[in-house]
Amino acid sequence: MPDANAVQWLQSLNALTGGLFLLVTFGLVSLRQIHGCLRLFVAQSILLATSAFLLGALYHTWHLTVVGVVDLVTKVVITPWVLRRLLHDEVQTRREITQVLNIPTALLLALALAITAYLLASPLVALGGGAAIGVNLPIGLAGLLIGGLTAAVRREAVPLFLGLLAMENSSFFAGIGVAPEMPLIAEVSIAFDVLILVFVVGLLTRAMHEHIGTTEVGALTALTEEQAP
Amino acid sequence: MSVVLVPLLPLAAALLSLLPLGRRFAPSVTVAAAAAALALGAGDALRVAVARRLIVIAGWVELDGSGALLLLLVTFVSATAALFSWGYVARHEADARRVRLYCAHFNLFTFALALVPVLAEPALVWIAVELTAVFSVLLVAFDNTRGALEAAWKYIALMFMGAAIALLGFFVLFWAQQMAGGGHYSWDGLRAVAPRLPPVLVMAAFLLILVGFGTKVGFVPMHTWLPDAHSQAPSPVCALLSGVKTTSALYCILRLVPLLPPASVGAWMRGVGLISAGVAAFLLLQVRDYKRLFAFSTVEHMGIIFVAAGLGGPRGMAGAMLQMVSHSVTKSFCFLAAGAALLVLGTREIASVRGLLRTSPATGAALLLGALAIGGAPPFAVFLSEFSIFRAGLEQGRYLVTALLAIAITVAFFGILLHVNRMVFGVPLETPSPARAALPATCLLTLVLAALPILVLGVYQPAWLDALSNLAAATLAPLAPASLP
Repeated sequence: MPDANAVQWLQSLNALTGGLFLLVTFGLVSLRQIHGCLRLFVAQSILLATSAFLLGALYHTWHLTVVGVVDLVTKVVITPWVLRRLLHDEVQTRREITQVLNIPTALLLALALAITAYLLASPLVALGGGAAIGVNLPIGLAGLLIGGLTAAVRREAVPLFLGLLAMENSSFFAGIGVAPEMPLIAEVSIAFDVLILVFVVGLLTRAMHEHIGTTEVGALTALTEEQAP
Repeated sequence: MSVVLVPLLPLAAALLSLLPLGRRFAPSVTVAAAAAALALGAGDALRVAVARRLIVIAGWVELDGSGALLLLLVTFVSATAALFSWGYVARHEADARRVRLYCAHFNLFTFALALVPVLAEPALVWIAVELTAVFSVLLVAFDNTRGALEAAWKYIALMFMGAAIALLGFFVLFWAQQMAGGGHYSWDGLRAVAPRLPPVLVMAAFLLILVGFGTKVGFVPMHTWLPDAHSQAPSPVCALLSGVKTTSALYCILRLVPLLPPASVGAWMRGVGLISAGVAAFLLLQVRDYKRLFAFSTVEHMGIIFVAAGLGGPRGMAGAMLQMVSHSVTKSFCFLAAGAALLVLGTREIASVRGLLRTSPATGAALLLGALAIGGAPPFAVFLSEFSIFRAGLEQGRYLVTALLAIAITVAFFGILLHVNRMVFGVPLETPSPARAALPATCLLTLVLAALPILVLGVYQPAWLDALSNLAAATLAPLAPASLP
């Protein structure tokens, strides 16, 4: 049992990690370069793993340590490697010229979503439970909403997909706070499931680049009920 | 043991399909595995109808009433789709490597589908549902056309977005169980502590999972990907996507109903269901592509099932289960018939097809049968199940809901028949070559086999199937107020 001082330290560090996690998620909405987005996603995954290690010490459960290690291996090492290997250089060095929303508007919306997430989470946080729920649940929920916003404003395949991966990271960030005792086999399989997904989306993006010559998914709007002009 | 074999057979077949042993090898392995899985799955369903549940690894791999019903549907549709695939790839794919790839993906997809009902741990079920999307996305994109790639991208983006939201729901559900005293995290473990679960947490979990998995089911307004993916994929895959993949996501949402405080979400479910059924019924009036027609009909039917589940009462959930069965067998048949029409005609456009009954009598008859059956005409399976839902609605005194549902079903019926009549009757616009107009023998055989349950279930309900759907309804029924402390 760590003494009260250590608990205090762990909680403060976890709160710091949570703040950085939210900051990185904001960055993901606004950054234009695809390489930069990938680096931010890696940073977000490292912060997720950090929080898992801290909570593992706080709740005295080795489960979360394993979750953190698996997260580091799958998202920090393998995911960027798979995406870099599968995708053509041209796809990765692209910059997004047009976004659905301009950056200040997107950031303001993200801010509004973060406040909404805090309000939505407060009745759940009030129920009590683990010490870290007050940090991890609102920030995870905010990340989930902001990740969704990222996916909605992006028109290029890779940043859009990174927004979706950020949503999954955020769900996990909240999950390790509220459910630290979740059976390990489930948590580890979720990580590998995401890995298969990364591989499949990489293949799909490559097929789009090869067969239709663009990865700007926002421009793909052929399938509708309306008559073609 | 046979419960575990049902998903493992397609997994083994997926690996075998990759071996380069001639053009015929991969499809025959696929058909053999699917047929064996159907035999085992039906056997398991029969045993569950008697023994109420089969336990392989307690709390992890179990099969109860609703699981057995879904497993039966999954294995049946997998078997018909596999048999149809034989003729489909023979006609459609020239390259032996692409045939192998198709079969490998197809088997992985049916593996994931069979995994959903046999797992009892909610987080693992989340993974299985997610795997059904991951393994089917490259099948949706299989033709590599602009349309197929667009559909596949929209499909995977929305699937994963839904999965991420639902994941948080499953974490919150686990938290709720810990607050209620713990126990093993499984559907049964949750049911055992259901009255003590904190209502705000289960409601939060239900809403997250409703939004997340509702995207996968195709509830309006999260349905936008569904007509694209279900029209661009190869036809046998469409049969699986529309027939059972949507149903398995819906099954996960319905699993939460017994955990919720009584009478708390019935109105939500009826509302979401009615919006889906109503909007889809009007959207399918204006389609130009006959595969999209059946895809919109899937959105409508998912809405009908959700309304029935939200009606409550002993008959409501039983009606939902019957509708699940009749929709799965009928919709998969519709997509196989549409696939046959696509093989014969080479176009998906309704406007450029006339007189299909003359160009290819078997295809025309199948399409007409499918349209009548899915629209809800007597004496087919959907008619009976929709009738039982109306009866449940009237018994509960929900006249407005029942009336709105009846309007949606009627509009959809006329919408479907309007388009299909145009295609089936009249004088052909152009005559395809005789080689093209003749369906592959396996496709014809599949159509006959897949039509059997639609015809039989419309006039006769076997006692074991009745017992199984009542058992399924009982495992998903809301808590009775009397059982609360």
